[in-house]
Amino acid sequence: MSEIVLDVRNVTRDYHSKGTMFTKPKVVHAVKGVSFTLEKGKTLAIVGESGCGKSTLARILTMIDAPTSGELYIDGDRIDIADQAVTPALRRKVQIIFQNPYGSLNPRQKIGDVLTEPVLLNTDKSAAERRDMAMEMLKKVGMLPEHYNRYPHMFSGGQRQRIAIARALMLNPSLLVLDEPVSALDLSVQAQILNLLADLQDEFGLTYVFVSHDLSVVKYIADEVMVMYFGEVVEYGSRDAVFGNPQHDYTKTLFAATPRADVASIKTRLAAKAALV
Amino acid sequence: MPLLEIENLTVAFDTSAGLFTALNKVSYSVEKGEVLAIVGESGSGKSVAMLAVMGLLPSTATVTADKISFEGLDLMAMGANERRRIIGKDMAMIFQEPIASLNPCFTIGFQIEEVLAEHLKLDRRARRIRAIELLHAVGIADGEERLDAYPHQMSGGQCQRVMIAIAIACEPKLLIADEPTTALDVTIQKQILDLLVQLQRDTGMGLIMITHDMGVVAETADRVVVQYKGRKMEEAGVLELFENPKSGYTRALLSALPENAVGDRLPVVADFVPEDEGAPA
Amino acid sequence: MTDQTSTTPVAPMPDTRLQMLTEFWHYFRQNTGAVIGLVVFVLLVLVAIFAPVLAPHEPNQQYRDALLTPPFWVEGGSTTFLLGTDAVGRDMLSRLIHGSRYSLMIGLFVVSIALIFGIGIGLLAGYFRGWVDVMIMRVMDVILAFPPLLLALVLVAILGPGLFNAMIAIALVLQPHFARLTRAAVMGEGNRDYVTSAKMAGAGHLRLMFVTILPNCLGPLIVQATLSFSGAILEAAALGFLGMGAQPPTPEWGTMLAEAREFILRAWWVVTFPGLAILITVLAINLVGDGLRDALDPKLKRS
Repeated sequence: MSEIVLDVRNVTRDYHSKGTMFTKPKVVHAVKGVSFTLEKGKTLAIVGESGCGKSTLARILTMIDAPTSGELYIDGDRIDIADQAVTPALRRKVQIIFQNPYGSLNPRQKIGDVLTEPVLLNTDKSAAERRDMAMEMLKKVGMLPEHYNRYPHMFSGGQRQRIAIARALMLNPSLLVLDEPVSALDLSVQAQILNLLADLQDEFGLTYVFVSHDLSVVKYIADEVMVMYFGEVVEYGSRDAVFGNPQHDYTKTLFAATPRADVASIKTRLAAKAALV
Repeated sequence: MPLLEIENLTVAFDTSAGLFTALNKVSYSVEKGEVLAIVGESGSGKSVAMLAVMGLLPSTATVTADKISFEGLDLMAMGANERRRIIGKDMAMIFQEPIASLNPCFTIGFQIEEVLAEHLKLDRRARRIRAIELLHAVGIADGEERLDAYPHQMSGGQCQRVMIAIAIACEPKLLIADEPTTALDVTIQKQILDLLVQLQRDTGMGLIMITHDMGVVAETADRVVVQYKGRKMEEAGVLELFENPKSGYTRALLSALPENAVGDRLPVVADFVPEDEGAPA
Repeated sequence: MTDQTSTTPVAPMPDTRLQMLTEFWHYFRQNTGAVIGLVVFVLLVLVAIFAPVLAPHEPNQQYRDALLTPPFWVEGGSTTFLLGTDAVGRDMLSRLIHGSRYSLMIGLFVVSIALIFGIGIGLLAGYFRGWVDVMIMRVMDVILAFPPLLLALVLVAILGPGLFNAMIAIALVLQPHFARLTRAAVMGEGNRDYVTSAKMAGAGHLRLMFVTILPNCLGPLIVQATLSFSGAILEAAALGFLGMGAQPPTPEWGTMLAEAREFILRAWWVVTFPGLAILITVLAINLVGDGLRDALDPKLKRS
């Protein structure tokens, strides 16, 4: 139960822009010394606004980019893509789901091919086996068998995210990194996808790293919350601790800025407005 | 007399799959000094009505209505030139993507002054002074330097402020904001919403806020219109809508909000809406 | 677990490719010029295919007793030679009909070669970037800096005159356009999420280039290919006119123009009809190309 799936130690990421004739070379510290651990079956939410480094961190966790320094352990194994090439075994450990459902699927690839591609490239399974696996996964994410031969543009945003989730799960990863997966979706569709993610987490024992800027979603699904600001972790704790008793000023600002959609705050606002008239 | 009134507005698009009705006999009105929120998800047609009124729809769209009137004037009966005079001056609109809404080739000073020149016919010096005033009004402190900046040199929040400045340049009677904060960070969103509400209070103009975010509705609106798939589902005061939603779809939307979640799973829209609810009589 | 997607009913689609084709046709159809161009082009293809059947005479048959006969509607003409004959008594109509074969073949051959090499080079440049990109594009820049006809002439002078060599030369001159387009498209698509996903799934360089990225870059390439088709025909005609392309007695339209140079005043039909044939063909293809560009544009802006 308390098996550590993800262990991040002092990871940093710098971007160096070479100077040109007119400008000096610049270094951008996108991620500055982030450390945390995550247990199996839990959800860690990484919260922050644009430019805070959360997406960069997500890319490091999924081995798309290498950290400039620091160590990354997934399932107890040291991951260092600067040293070793990414092997099928590594790919099976962690997968990513992107924010934009309209860009994360190849427009020229049928859904069936989208799903079987990871299996084709990483295992020796036959075409029939791959097809069965894909069909099975389609059903699990709530799609129908006839969707297998269709192209992405024939689906809505929510359906595409389901397909992206299915693709991520084809290799049975232990860790799933979700980079703002519901931000681009409508409220009702968001609810469906969040439900689906919760169901899948229970069924497969998945561990989630959920990157988001939407605090209401974070409050709903997270077990632990990490707030990032300009590449640094400014707050890190359990969901109840962070929401109930935010320590850092930035966290407090963030909470204060989130629009509240409840009756009590509406009443207060309307009363204040009437008082001005 | 309502500021803007639309009655039975229908918009249909000519697509390869046939005629697509984006808006189906929608009616509502906005009073002077009122904040009306139009809330709906994608495909609800919430922006379409306002785009139709402003004349910004592509040629593949067919607009029909019983009435579209602004301050009592029938917009449908007017010629294009007359409509354009009203639309740019008394009705203004701001859009979702602030950086894309500004012309990247021109300084923001040029773009603000363009509107002033077109509608108010001020001379050069007067325009510059007014442009700086406007930038101050929308919270850009170093207005004088900013006039010579280009859109790509500014952040999303600042560009949206510039958009608002352009929109209020001619002191419009009605400001339509089409998802103005969707592309912005939460802290910037709060600033922009506060700015819009403050401007609305100071000038007494009508404000139509088109959004999909119920939080934004709760924080800014006086009255709310809920749309779903091109139809108006419900229209009510904001408090009444949140306390006592009448339409099944509104109830579904409110319960889909993560903050209103009961138990482990969020209820889904399909659980609530019968297919023909909200169908025009 | 409930099946949520039943709330968004997906209409039964017998064949997804057919549906995409119908959608494409809907947009293409709106451009009347493009449709006319397409009709003319299809007619041309049919004429080329059935040339031996359609042509009333052999294209190289010389009728010594009917030199420079005018078209049948002019005084002195006859219906045996509907469009008249040339200086050595060959039937114009038959030559034009057979000439369509050459023109279409030229267009097809040239565009195919230019496409294959251009796409290959552009893919390499756009995908690998760095010094590979720099080297490749500088070579392309050099080729593009030459006036195309001049470069083709030089190549033909080296390789020797003849239709085949002319086609190679024109293909070489056209291919940087494709390389540039492909490179730009690949650079644009290469950063998209689905490419990252494919990389993460384990796709190697070759698979990424040809299977993942390339199919998404085809739009502008198709348009360019169509326009290059007509360009190739024009270039071949120009080379033929200069005597460096197809050699007489080949009934290629440009070569026919070259042979008829001296008869512009005396026998206008020997010059006019090949010229008209080139004009109509090129115009039709360009109209189709325009229509394609409009129809293949992001359909987002329409609906």
